[in-house]
Amino acid sequence: MTLEPVALVGVLGLLSVGLYGLLIVRNLLKVVVALQIMSKAAVLALVLAGSASGQMNLGQSLAITVIVVDTITAVIALALAVKVRQRCATLDVRALSTLRG
Amino acid sequence: MLYVIVLMTMLFSAIQAIRTAHLINSALWLACVSALLATVLYGVGAHEIAVIELSVGAGLVTVLFVFAIGLAGDEPMPTKTVIPRLFAFALVFTFTLLLILFTLPLTGSASASSQISLTETFWQVRSADSLAQIVLIFTSVLTVLGLLTERRVKSKRVFTPVQEREVKKELSL
Repeated sequence: MTLEPVALVGVLGLLSVGLYGLLIVRNLLKVVVALQIMSKAAVLALVLAGSASGQMNLGQSLAITVIVVDTITAVIALALAVKVRQRCATLDVRALSTLRG
Repeated sequence: MLYVIVLMTMLFSAIQAIRTAHLINSALWLACVSALLATVLYGVGAHEIAVIELSVGAGLVTVLFVFAIGLAGDEPMPTKTVIPRLFAFALVFTFTLLLILFTLPLTGSASASSQISLTETFWQVRSADSLAQIVLIFTSVLTVLGLLTERRVKSKRVFTPVQEREVKKELSL
């Protein structure tokens, strides 16, 4: 049994869990966690695509780019969440969406 | 068989990262996902990515999460979700089904293997990506500095009449 079909199930599973998390969570920091899960699925998908097409190095190179961009996104999102918490005293996305002024 | 168990544990960790109530537990489950993903990547043959994922995903990002949770605090959230759980589940199911329909079966030309090493691919073939990453890193550093640096407000010290008299006494002495 090769690893590729198993890893493909992992990609689909991680994408589904991440998307479900994005849809239901209300905490801003948890939204970042859900985004991280989805980006991990993207990394695995890129490596799998590289492996399937015989261009493993290209897949790995693109995966490095995704990891860097994903980390930067997490850093900026976490900093924004901290700032939102200091300003509005909440991390609830529903409460934030009803703020006025 | 080993990788099937690793993959199942990874998916379980991802579900727990979303489900758990406390943020710190969520960050730790996410670190577990990263570590297990690194194992899967190693098994697929992407050894360099596995190392990077382990150090960045399970190390750096977890530290950043713990730091941010320490600054922002763990806030209990109401159990009511943004959209109904059943609707969210239906949306995710549809998304996954469409993804499977559009991607499977995988048709790739595995024979077209290139002889270029990862270093050459990264620094020469994809040099624009490398440059973009450097620019992004500097931009993010500046953004975070701009967001988290507190502006110092020059405050004029106000004395009460009693304090003012005491200060005058000290000055006269």
